[in-house]
Formats: sequence, structure tokens, C-alpha cells
Amino acid sequence: MSGTEGGIVQFDNVGLRYGTDREVLSDISFTLHPGSFYFLTGASGAGKTSLLRLLYLAQRPSRGMIRMFGTDVITLPRRALPEYRRRLGTVFQDFRLVSHLSAFDNVALPLRVSGVPESGIRKAVADMLEWVGLAHRADARPPTLSGGEQQRVAIARAVIARPEVLVADEPTGNVDPDMALKLLRLFQALNRLGTTVVVATHDVHLLKKVPDSLIMRLDKGRLSDPTGALRYPPRPAARSAEERA
Amino acid sequence: MASLSPIRRKQTRFGGGRGGLLQQARLTGPMPWVIAIMVALTVMAAAAGLALDNLADNARAEISGGLTVQVVEGGPAERERQAEVAVALLTNREDIAEVRRVPDAELAALIDPWLGEAAGAGDEAIPIPALIDVRFRGPVTDRRLVELRDALLASVPSARIDAQAGWLAPVFQAIASLQWLAVGLVVLLAATSAAAVWLAARSALGSNRDTIEIVHLLGGTDRQIARLFERSIAVDAVIGGAVGLLLGAGAVILLGRQFAALGSGMVAGGGLDLADWLAVGAIPLAAVAIAMLTARLTVLGALRRML
Repeated sequence: MSGTEGGIVQFDNVGLRYGTDREVLSDISFTLHPGSFYFLTGASGAGKTSLLRLLYLAQRPSRGMIRMFGTDVITLPRRALPEYRRRLGTVFQDFRLVSHLSAFDNVALPLRVSGVPESGIRKAVADMLEWVGLAHRADARPPTLSGGEQQRVAIARAVIARPEVLVADEPTGNVDPDMALKLLRLFQALNRLGTTVVVATHDVHLLKKVPDSLIMRLDKGRLSDPTGALRYPPRPAARSAEERA
Repeated sequence: MASLSPIRRKQTRFGGGRGGLLQQARLTGPMPWVIAIMVALTVMAAAAGLALDNLADNARAEISGGLTVQVVEGGPAERERQAEVAVALLTNREDIAEVRRVPDAELAALIDPWLGEAAGAGDEAIPIPALIDVRFRGPVTDRRLVELRDALLASVPSARIDAQAGWLAPVFQAIASLQWLAVGLVVLLAATSAAAVWLAARSALGSNRDTIEIVHLLGGTDRQIARLFERSIAVDAVIGGAVGLLLGAGAVILLGRQFAALGSGMVAGGGLDLADWLAVGAIPLAAVAIAMLTARLTVLGALRRML
């Protein structure tokens, strides 16, 4: 398969175990189509964060195949991984902000890593902080920000470089309902621009806010896919972003 | 998304120096001082090695063609006669550039500290050999020495000939040993500096592990991260190198003046020339290069263990 015709991300029979323990993920197979919006749900300990770690290339699986942007990333040498990571945006559950950098510099980090000139960074970061309602906190360091503010900085950092795939682990867990809705609208706006969005959440109310979304449910490390919409290899009947459009 | 006017603030460049991505308390602490001490010691060891080299070269050039003829004869009249014959014979040889009879007064002054003034005067004076300094054209070889000895003994039976290079050989060997010691010290100090940088880089890696992991997950490459550490250690090494050079060079200049004040011909030949000072001045640059290379290799090695 070449390019992303079969999906921007493909998992085929993926398993993950830590050390010699039992598998925390088993037989995971799915396809993420370009421009689609996915929710990943499941009880606590079901394996959502482990699956997301595979998605944002922080972990290699114990078995199976993962293709991203048309490339088998399992056999890819580690020196080639940064290029693929730059095409992803990640909101970590624990935010993972750099504590000694300001909110502005945290949000600017992906652009600086990608070598964007400072002149181009200033306005983009300012706009992004304004959008998440933190323009007045641009100089604040993460330890001085509230949990909700940190989360918004983390989201701004994840989307600043317009990633092709956005992976968010409980992105609305620490914000009030109004802000949660606003952030979800941001994700949808990015989705409409072509970004594939994967949001891990246990908030069932959130699922209803994005009617076109597909739901991936994890249960004890296994993916339930009753509609077959996530199947890999994809069935012709499976919905694609183009079809939905 | 709303279009907004830019927020004006100080920018933190990726990979910038202090105040940048890395928390650098560990690197900015003792590291410049450790490097300064290492560079100062290296400068002193290298300067000593170079000075010894110059000293040996000068001494070698001075005595390479030199030999000493002693006329060891108890009777003063006979000693004087044989000495005059020897001077005449040596002066007439084409392969000899210079002949100088050491005056009796000079000889008396030489033995005066050990035997006193009375040793060389009066009827009971200790017989002192007549000394003749001879300089060959070209170096003294065994063959030339044997040929001259044969020629001299035929007319001057009490003559003894010693090549100056021969009796100074142990001195040259000692100087060569000291030079190797200086080289060994320079190498050891360079290795110690590299080890100190390795420890500092490891420590900085540990204290910045979270930041490094985040940068990794955002698509930062090993080279980008290694460059952060390289720049940081380069700043420390430049500061330490400059301070170390000042300290080391100051000590060398001070010692040089004290040795020059001794007025000894051999020691005076151990000064440093321009090329030597340029070599000494290159030591801090080498220290910066070693520090940066060590930091890069250490960080790249550690990062390779991450995905």
C-alpha cells in the first residue's frame, strides 16, 4: 500500500506488553482516515493511554504492524522518527509542559523544533494563546498556571504546528464545561481543515457534541468495533472522510 | 481563529544558551572552574615541556661539536709544555674550528668553592690538569674522536679527551624523560577534562530528562538536543579556558623571569619563543573542542537508549 489511501494510520494485529507482564493491548486493528474525528473511550485501565503512546510514537508495540502516512513505522530506524512525530500533535494527560519556560515558549516549542523562523513564530503563538484565552498569561510559567490553564497551553502547543493527526489524552479533563466545549470546537475546526483527530475521553457527554465522530471503545486492552468502521484493512463500506463530506 | 497583534516579549530560541530550553544550573556551577584549573595546569605542563625542548636544543647545538682535552701531568713545567704542544697541534688541524686554553685563573675559580684558594697556589698546590676547550667542525663522532686521540697521544702522552656530548648524555636523557612526563601530564589532563565534561553532561541529562523527552516527542532530533548541550558546555569551556590560560600563562611568565634571573647559560636557553606561545595559546581552543566533542558523544550515546 502506498501513500495514505488505506488510511492515514493503520494498526494491524498490534499487541503491547511491558516486560514479561501480560499484554495491555491485544489484537488491535483499525484504520484512521484522513480528516476523520475519533473518540477513544474505555474504563480506566482499559489501555487508552498505552494505545495513544503507540499513536504518538512514544512506544513500539510488542507485535503487529503500524503504518503512518503510508510508512511502516515499526521497522523505521529511530533517526527517522522525528520527521513523523512532527506531523503529529499530542495533548498529554499530564500536560508535560516545560516548567521553566513561559506559556508562550511552551506553545512555540514545536515550531522552534521544526526550524520555523522567530518572525513567523511570534504572531502564530500570540494568536493561538489568544484563542485559548491565555494571551494575558503568555509570560507565566506552568507552575503558576491553574490546571485548566496548563491544559489549554498543552492544547495550544499540540495544534500550533497544524498537525496531520492530533492525539489528545483527556484534553477536557481539567476545564469547565464552557471551556471544554470551546476546546472541542477548536478540535473540530482543525478537523475541518483536514486534521485527523483522536480524543481519548471518558466523558460520554463529549461524544454527543461531535455527531460525525467515530467511536473506538477499548475494553481490557481489546478494541471493540461493532460497526466495522475502524476495520483494517478497511471495508469498502467503511465511512471515509470524503464520504462523510 | 482571531487575528491578533503580536505579543512583544523576549524570545527563547530553540537551543539557545542560558535561560533557554535546558535548565543549566549543573553546567554553570563548577564546570567553568574545573575547566579553568585543567587548562591552567595543561598550559604549565605544556610550557614546561616546550621550555625543556628549547633548553635541550640549545645545549645540544652548543656542545654537539665540543670536546675537552685534559693534560693530566703532575709536574707543572711538563704539564705546561704538553698543553702548549696540544694547543699548537689542535690549532693546525683543518677539522677543528676553535681551540681555547682555559686560563689557570678560570680553573682556580672553578675549584675554589670546593678546595679553597690555597689549593691552586704555592709549592703544595694540588696538581690541576690543563684544560683545552675544542670545537670540531661538525658533530663529534666516535671515529673522529679516536683519530684525534691517536694523533694527540703521539705528541702529548698525558692527554685525555672527552666529548662534551658524552658526559652530558645523562642530562639529555633526564631532560627527555621530563619532556615525556610533560606530554603525559598534558594527555592525562585532557582525559580528566573530558571525564569531567562527561560527568557534567550526564548530570545535566538527568536533570533535564523530562524536557528532553518532551522535545523528543515533539519531533526534536538527537542532533538538536545534543547541540543544546554542546553550546552550553562550549560557553563554560570558553570562560574556563580564558581564565585557565590567564592563570597558566601568568605562572609561566613569572617562573620564566625567576629562572632567567639565575643567569645560568643552560637555563636561559629554556625560554619560550613565539611559536611556543602560539601553541600554548591553542590549549584553551583544544579544551573547548574536547569539551564540545565529549558533550556531543555523551548526549548522543544517552539519547540512543530512548525511542
